Amino acid sequence: MDTPTTYFHWGFILISLPNLAVIAGMIVLFAVALVLPFPHTEEGDDGHHD
Amino acid sequence: MATTTSVEGEAQAAPKTSSWTLRLRESIDRHLPMDHLLPDRQPYYVGSWVYVFGVVTIAALVWVVGSGIVLSFMGPQWWHDSSLGRFFNSLHFWSVQLFFIFMVLHLWGQYFMAGWRNGRAATWAIGVVIFGVSILTAFTGYLSQQNFDSQFIGVNAKDAMNGAGVGAFFNVLNFGQMYGLHIMLLPIGVTILVVLHIVMVRARGVVKPIDPEGTNAGARP
Repeated sequence: MDTPTTYFHWGFILISLPNLAVIAGMIVLFAVALVLPFPHTEEGDDGHHD
Repeated sequence: MATTTSVEGEAQAAPKTSSWTLRLRESIDRHLPMDHLLPDRQPYYVGSWVYVFGVVTIAALVWVVGSGIVLSFMGPQWWHDSSLGRFFNSLHFWSVQLFFIFMVLHLWGQYFMAGWRNGRAATWAIGVVIFGVSILTAFTGYLSQQNFDSQFIGVNAKDAMNGAGVGAFFNVLNFGQMYGLHIMLLPIGVTILVVLHIVMVRARGVVKPIDPEGTNAGARP
């Protein structure tokens, strides 16, 4: 707990490993939400679903 | 067919004259009918997990407010020293993390589908304001922890606030001011803006997908 975390330093970008992991996880979650089929999406005659 | 009784005639003339309650009611009926406010069906294009991000953000906000009410009742000694207090402290902290994560995912989704189209600019703008006010709320929360972290953040933020010219009336070393803002004014502000945001989404419905052929460009509902 008292050990400082790892930091990445690329040019003007300085970011900690935990923050980078959260951002990477959010990007993965966003991509998964785009491609994962959503249940109960049968389209009715009027272009709506219940 | 053309004749009306005097009572009907008065009722029809009323909205043009003095009754603001009638005008308000008719305006609500016109802009936000109940089938828009509480719909049981959605257009087919809403069948995507991207639309769940906003709902999860609202769910996280409910947990944030609920756990925050418990913490405000019990006080700092309880949330630091008792196991149940530490549990609620963690519940408050982690629900805030989920609130921000899913708010940003919702923002990404709305950005890429251009959610401000077709008269929804105000809805987008209010969302931006909610994001800003939420950051301020979280910041005052970090200052209200009553531990060494909050002291460290407060002392370091003091210079930045003074440098920005707001240190005189937003004093991060004044615990009472930060705590009052965090548990009263800012949460009320976030909640009111979120309710307004949802009502505006419900009034206009979810934005249609971008028309790949451009035949719907600039169309207004």
